[in-house]
Amino acid sequence: MSVHHEEPTSFAFDAESEAQIAKIVARYPEGKQASAVIPLLYVVQKQMKRQTDSGWVPRIGMDAVAERLGMPPIRVYEVATFYFMFNTKPVGKYHLQVCGTTPCWLRGSDEVLRACQDHAGVKHYGETSEDGMFTMTEVECLGACVNAPILCVDDDFYEDLDYERTKALIEALKRGERPTPGSTIGRLNSAPEGGPLVLTDMPGAGE
Amino acid sequence: MAKVTVDGIEVEVPNGASVLQACEAAGKEIPRFCYHERLSVAGNCRMCLVEVEKAPKPVASCAYPVNDGMKVFTDSAVVRQARRNVMEFLLINHPLDCPICDQGGECDLQDQAYAFGADGSRYTEAKRAVKDKNIGPLVKTVMTRCIQCTRCVRFSAEVAGTAELGGTNRGENLEIGTYVEKALTSELSGNLIDICPVGALTSRPYAFVSRPWELKKTDSIDVLDAVGCNIRVDARGPEVLRIIPRVNEAVNEEWMADRGRFSFDGLKRRRLDRPWVRKDGKLVAATWPEAFSAIAAKLSGLSGDRIGAVAGALADAESTLALKDLMAAYGSTNLDCRDDFATIDASRPDFYRFNTTIAGIDEADALLIIGSDVRREAPVLNARIRKRWTQGKFKVGFVGPRGVDLTYPATYLGDGPAAMSAFAETLKGAEKPMIILGRGALSRPDGAAVLAVSWALAAEVGALKPDWHGFNLLHLFGGQVGALELGFVPGQGGKDQAAMLGGGVDALWLLNADGFDPARIGADTFVIYQGHHGDAMAGRADVILPGAAYTEKEATWVNTEGRAQRGRLAVFPPGEAKEDWRIIRAFSEGVGKTLPYDDTAAIRAALAAASPVFGRVGEVQRAGCADMAGPAGGSVSGVPFVLPLPVYHQADVISRASDVMAECAAIYGPAPALAAE
Repeated sequence: MSVHHEEPTSFAFDAESEAQIAKIVARYPEGKQASAVIPLLYVVQKQMKRQTDSGWVPRIGMDAVAERLGMPPIRVYEVATFYFMFNTKPVGKYHLQVCGTTPCWLRGSDEVLRACQDHAGVKHYGETSEDGMFTMTEVECLGACVNAPILCVDDDFYEDLDYERTKALIEALKRGERPTPGSTIGRLNSAPEGGPLVLTDMPGAGE
Repeated sequence: MAKVTVDGIEVEVPNGASVLQACEAAGKEIPRFCYHERLSVAGNCRMCLVEVEKAPKPVASCAYPVNDGMKVFTDSAVVRQARRNVMEFLLINHPLDCPICDQGGECDLQDQAYAFGADGSRYTEAKRAVKDKNIGPLVKTVMTRCIQCTRCVRFSAEVAGTAELGGTNRGENLEIGTYVEKALTSELSGNLIDICPVGALTSRPYAFVSRPWELKKTDSIDVLDAVGCNIRVDARGPEVLRIIPRVNEAVNEEWMADRGRFSFDGLKRRRLDRPWVRKDGKLVAATWPEAFSAIAAKLSGLSGDRIGAVAGALADAESTLALKDLMAAYGSTNLDCRDDFATIDASRPDFYRFNTTIAGIDEADALLIIGSDVRREAPVLNARIRKRWTQGKFKVGFVGPRGVDLTYPATYLGDGPAAMSAFAETLKGAEKPMIILGRGALSRPDGAAVLAVSWALAAEVGALKPDWHGFNLLHLFGGQVGALELGFVPGQGGKDQAAMLGGGVDALWLLNADGFDPARIGADTFVIYQGHHGDAMAGRADVILPGAAYTEKEATWVNTEGRAQRGRLAVFPPGEAKEDWRIIRAFSEGVGKTLPYDDTAAIRAALAAASPVFGRVGEVQRAGCADMAGPAGGSVSGVPFVLPLPVYHQADVISRASDVMAECAAIYGPAPALAAE
């Protein structure tokens, strides 16, 4: 492991995490606790976000998971590094995850990427802005292609973006606001733009 | 059983066997990288593809179970093309650095690319490069060569029991390593070098030293622990360049411990290569006749009961017998081979042997370990215990210092002899209970009582039955049991080692005896040291007779089970050093007490006459317990057990002279249980 960042020297689950862990571990039969490794890594990542504003999994946090679940640390390292969703390096306050898979790309994800580069202060994927506000990552399909292109900020999807709306989103985040997740053009979930187009004469439709 | 037809050859294999095993039964060679018969099946290298009738595409034979009536084709056009394609993929990221790779000449990838691969590659893009990992002083890594077969990952998790290696990241970026930079903590780490099918994990001490075809290979026996691993000593000219294990299912399977494998550079350092005689308080170089006459002059004026002999941890059976006979010629019965003061009762073989045998561990269903860190005293035997544990329904109890990690869970019972009875109920409930008593647990004032109490416990819990012998003594070095088999213990009216020290005898012949503090020898005692390393004991000697180390002589060794095995001469002893029994034989002739053997065949006949174990070399006669009567004891004290080998990597004269082992000792330090105190 090459370390280019500060690793914390201590990690302990806080009360909120402990409550979550108790619930998660209880899902698995006795002796199969190691199955809880992925949810517990999320617990670590979330706790880091609460405590440091940066949602990532430090090595010492992986060790804490290993100890809790009674598994060799290397088995946890394998899982944590395999899944892209676990950040093994610190990230900015907002984690901008740009989807560049075909549907998003066809619908203009390059514009979303350009907006992030222009306004979030990050030039390349994997970079964190100098003010520590943004980290930009390229992700594969987020599974919301109907509303492409998508920018996923931490756990929230912002959909139907273009350059201007991405810029507005980033500016809002900079001001400390958290715009409502979902479509940025006001469509309901993944319904057609501008409201229903078919089955409009069904009783009760269009309400 | 299932009938399988492989290339028209009909074979019968057990249900549940893999297609690969069926192909092997039919004598077909199936190329493979990730598959290893002693590890779990991973099925990720895809090299073992074969065609199975009615299967739509080639199948990975290592992970495909047989079916009755199955027809397998291992040499069809489809199979040959599939292998070429898999090989092309494997070689995409494999560097073409065979000329500078230490695996060259004994590389599975090289051999199989030659045998099964295509003649070229269509890949023109850049190859990936992987940063090398530092995983300790013994195993060198060149990770760009890794083909990710994960044999090392499975070995460390399954056999060694120290899950420290893993595959991190994914896809193109997958890397094998420890993630956190650290030295592997296994005592079996050298085996990673053997199981790695490419040059990713190679021997660090052997790096850029030699090519396999330049080496003279000699089959021999490891004596640096009491397991008696079967080894092959590879030498070039006068130098041992490496030691690797041989397969022996009953002893070491195909594993070997790190001390035995890597301490051979100690064979070149601090050697006694000529006789020395003390003159006016100083050791001066001498010739053989001068050394012999100095000894003869001293011994001739002494009565037998003022002469004593001690055989040590690395003494071979031939020289031990010769020394015993020489002492008898002098009328001395002051003999002892327990140079670590272990109060072993040599009156009956099953009091000091590993009676269950190493292969017998596979049948045991409960185990109590008393005063022995098996992991560091006999790593390969410990791997066998771990293998038994992984099969389930196997309870282990441990008595000894707290904090010993045996690589499998053991119920901690306490640190002193009183704690062992706490496991009695578990042992009673088992069909084939086993007790392993460490030799170190007997090197204490109440050692005889510990032995007696352990035996009594074995008798009480039903470990001693006509068809099952569950009492085991685990020795520490390859020479210890042979001397016991030869009865190298005080004879009628003889003194034991403790009585010989402190002036109990006037002349003391030490044969490879380095197990005690030289300061305990009486100031006026004339000391003859016969051995191969200038360790502390040689410094105390009045006459030094340079002997041969275990790689330099035709010698017989007896492992902890009582299995006699032959070590062979791989290189000649340095300088004027000689084979040990010949030294004693030559001396005996000079003093007119000629011993009745003058060649190897004759002394081996004498060995066989002295004890039946030497008559059946390589075998061990496994027997139940015929006589429940135990050794004489006394009352045990409450003193906690102390482990006999504080530093695994420096436990004997050879490893203490080794630079590689010194580096390991500096990195790993004392055993954790001792460091914690």
